[in-house]
Amino acid sequence: MSEPWEEEGPGTVKKFMYVNRKAPYGTIYALESLEVVLIAAAFEQDVSMAFLDDGVYQLKKGQDTKGIGQKNFSPTYRALEGYDVEKLYVEAESLAERGLSEDDLLVPVEVMSREALAELMNEQEVILSF
Amino acid sequence: MKYGILVNEGPYQHQASDTAYQFAKAVLDKGHELYRVFFYHDGVNNGTRFAVPPQDDRKIAELWSQMAEAHGTDLVVCIAAAQRRGLLDEGEAKRQGKDGNNIAPGFRISGLGQLIEAGIQCDRLVVFGD
Repeated sequence: MSEPWEEEGPGTVKKFMYVNRKAPYGTIYALESLEVVLIAAAFEQDVSMAFLDDGVYQLKKGQDTKGIGQKNFSPTYRALEGYDVEKLYVEAESLAERGLSEDDLLVPVEVMSREALAELMNEQEVILSF
Repeated sequence: MKYGILVNEGPYQHQASDTAYQFAKAVLDKGHELYRVFFYHDGVNNGTRFAVPPQDDRKIAELWSQMAEAHGTDLVVCIAAAQRRGLLDEGEAKRQGKDGNNIAPGFRISGLGQLIEAGIQCDRLVVFGD
């Protein structure tokens, strides 16, 4: 007798989405979320990242953290491509609400409406939100 | 169904770990499988046996420990998050040259891979946090 989940061996590929909703500094969520994404890359899943609310600030160009005594980890987002994390989605409304545009971001992304992003979330099998 | 749980917030400061515990209990009471509870961010503080809440308050770490004892629930604390926040088991204390350990019974320290694996193996991975 085999249970249904036993069919999901090491070769299983699921749609994972990492949802980033917090500013890069102020709390540790963004930094530790990025650590999850980097570790998870080894599992070769179908990975995407979504940036919404204050999470869009994580991708802002020109971050300078000297004044707060913390490491500027924003260059790591540029390294994601090397980990085969290439699907980065940014919510258009969150950008607009903060007076930002795609040109303000440090990596190539796909900007999409709240509605389209909601649909995309619906298609995911695992959503980790930070 | 096969459930995994991610707890992203510390006990007492935030209700997330209480809610996660109640959810975990409901999963078991309904006869589902609880594959793993993973503790990340300040959630790792759920796993310290050194917390001493007031007598008339719930003892969150103990509740988790009792669940592990009764049901064999796999309680996993993220090693990187735990190191930052001073949560150690015997092996980690030795490796890091610290003079003691504080992990509660039933918890174990391991890597983020355990979270991703839970995402792959479980029918549902439920995230508790902000």
